[in-house]
Amino acid sequence: MRNREIISLILIAVVTALALWINLVPSQTFLGRDVSFRLGLDLQGGIQVLLRSTDPETTPDQMETARRVIERRVNALGVGETVVQLAGNDRLIVELPGVENPEQAIDTLRGTGRLEFIDSQGQFLSPGTVVRTSNSPNPPQLSATEGLTETVDPATLGPIFPSITDGADLDTASVQPTISQTGVTSRPAVSFTFRGESATRLAQFTATNIGQPMCIVLDNRVVSCPVIEAALTDGSGVITTNSVEDRDAILNQLKYGALPVPLVVETTRSITATLGQESVQASIVAGTMGLVVVALFMILFYRFPGMLATLALVIYTLISFAIYRFVPITLTLPGIAGFVLSIGLAVDANVLIFARLREEYRRGRDIRSALELGFEESWPAIRDSSVSTLITCAVLFVFGSNFGVSIIQGFALTLGLGVLISLFTAVVVTRTFLRLAAPLFREERAWLFGIDRRESLAAPPAGPKVV
Amino acid sequence: MEKLVARRYWWFGLSLLMILPGMYFMLLHPLVTTGKFAFGLRPSIDFSGGSLWELRFADKAPGEISDEAVAAVFAAQGFENAQVRMSQVELEGRQVADAIVRTRPLSETGPREETAAVEAALQAEFGTVTRERLESVGPTVSQESTRSAIIAVVVATLIILLYLTWAFRRAPHPVRYGICAILAMIHDVLVVLGIAAIFSTFNQRFEVDALFLTALLTILSFSVHDTIVVFDRIRENLINRHPAETFDDIVNHSIVQTLPRSINTQLTTFFTLTALLLFGGETIQNFVLIMLIGLVSGTYSSIFNAAQLLVVWEHREWRRWFGRGGSSADERTTAPAN
Repeated sequence: MRNREIISLILIAVVTALALWINLVPSQTFLGRDVSFRLGLDLQGGIQVLLRSTDPETTPDQMETARRVIERRVNALGVGETVVQLAGNDRLIVELPGVENPEQAIDTLRGTGRLEFIDSQGQFLSPGTVVRTSNSPNPPQLSATEGLTETVDPATLGPIFPSITDGADLDTASVQPTISQTGVTSRPAVSFTFRGESATRLAQFTATNIGQPMCIVLDNRVVSCPVIEAALTDGSGVITTNSVEDRDAILNQLKYGALPVPLVVETTRSITATLGQESVQASIVAGTMGLVVVALFMILFYRFPGMLATLALVIYTLISFAIYRFVPITLTLPGIAGFVLSIGLAVDANVLIFARLREEYRRGRDIRSALELGFEESWPAIRDSSVSTLITCAVLFVFGSNFGVSIIQGFALTLGLGVLISLFTAVVVTRTFLRLAAPLFREERAWLFGIDRRESLAAPPAGPKVV
Repeated sequence: MEKLVARRYWWFGLSLLMILPGMYFMLLHPLVTTGKFAFGLRPSIDFSGGSLWELRFADKAPGEISDEAVAAVFAAQGFENAQVRMSQVELEGRQVADAIVRTRPLSETGPREETAAVEAALQAEFGTVTRERLESVGPTVSQESTRSAIIAVVVATLIILLYLTWAFRRAPHPVRYGICAILAMIHDVLVVLGIAAIFSTFNQRFEVDALFLTALLTILSFSVHDTIVVFDRIRENLINRHPAETFDDIVNHSIVQTLPRSINTQLTTFFTLTALLLFGGETIQNFVLIMLIGLVSGTYSSIFNAAQLLVVWEHREWRRWFGRGGSSADERTTAPAN
């Protein structure tokens, strides 16, 4: 045993132990990091949406504000591992894993959060009605020209009600959950306060219209139309809701400020936890089967070196999983396919080396130099092919940053990572093992290595001109 | 085994035989059947926009609900021309009906109202319904995806060509290696696209989606990967050239030498992909199938096209393709040695 092999062996042992530790540590933490597997939305269920600003003159500042507002609203939902990120100039990607009612959550998130009091001109508008107000005469709910809302003639849109308050004057710090008591029934409610000019206008309007209805409108949708009983001199009021869920949704929209731009849902992908769970099961079975079949094939075909390659493959799997956990890399279904595929690639380097080893041995070299030649001569092919796969992975990764096809990124990431890790396991690990095992080799036990000089006499491996 | 190179025109012929039917379905079949030109590939919602619903009917056994019945419910809620595909799925130990429905994209402003309306209508008609999956892709997003898909394929090809030219810089005529590898790669792309077109024509379940594109790009890299191994051996054998050896001999025995490796690697990847195909779940089945086909094609093209093309280029055989009445396949033995 030479020094170099011992150092390599120690390195391999340390890396493997580290990988084992990360994979098996009961607390699921390593160096203060959470090292449990992160599953993508397709595996754990959840929703991914692409929100787009409908205002063609949206500035980057406005989008950044919108992102922060949405992020605060998302955090208030209390689900882990959420993503809110800017995409391009006018889009936001939101990912909510494991949400029970994802559509409702998204509705809450993208609500502009613009609260208004309107002068309903003596009418009691029923809650839920979409109205035009002087501050927002063209709500996106009405201007939509597709789906259920058909094409609408501007004349049929209904009257524009004068706004008494401006959503921008809402004092977000004053927005609080409360309970509204009407006689014996108590219902969840949200209290709020307007500042500045809106507060003055509200005081004036309520003072002159006692006994008349006044509607509270959130994002152009009527919430309620209470009768004015007394002048609201301090600009504050209460929105009564029907359930705690409704209350929380409104609270969430008001508390974190209004969105500077209206957002529409351009693309959604939602999947239930059940379907995700089925995919996880399928992936585990497929991955295990893939590993077992490859291991069997390598052992049957290459015998002892095949066993070493299988051991290297196990180490490869351990390291891959440890990296997925530590970085962390979110696993998606295509990502798992990338990993399973990389098992095949990891073995390819070994196949190249072993095939070369057999060839050199048959040409009459002793096992030691056949071994060294096997590694040396197959290196350029391993290097060049790895680089070309890495190039493809890089292109796929960059291309996958385009929202519509983001699932590709997971595949590119695990495949590319697999190529890099397999360079270590298939070359360093297998070489160290084989070098250490070489002294065990005896001519009469050549079958253990799956090599036999007699074959070379019976059937020349290559064309007649091989030396 | 000694005539692998000599029979190169047979191999090219076999490739054409694989590619031409696919190309017919890709480019001509829509023209022949409908009179209008179109690509014979069925794009998924990723590239054409639309929405995809997966629904489970816990109260209904498979076969109890017809495609038309589900489509009618969708149409009544403003989703005309819904394409419905019924299948079955095991739920708590029994088989229940499962539907995959493709419709136009959801409304951008009121997606929740639309899904709620459809769900209520389905409940009323078929009893308990759970929506397992819903994907909706808007038209702008799908256009952007299509554009970047094309850019991705072109960029990957160019970078690989540059890298190969650099990697083979010490071999004589390094550009040839790059171009021949790319030609073999194009062969694989054509085989895969052709087969996808045949699938699109005959199998309603087959769609070209983002995963298909991933498979295609992976096939490109595998194809080049295989070609590199063969080329690498040719380069090595050229450097240690025996005086009596012709270029054809070198290519031939380089192929023979790398054959065990090509077959074994092919087998291991074949095994892992088959495991994915059998157990990996329906979502990735098309992806894995395309990958398998591309893998076989990639191995074939690296041995029977890429290396052979080097020989064709060495002899500049195209100068004799025309003018002798297309009997080029018989000229193999008369090819001059350098």
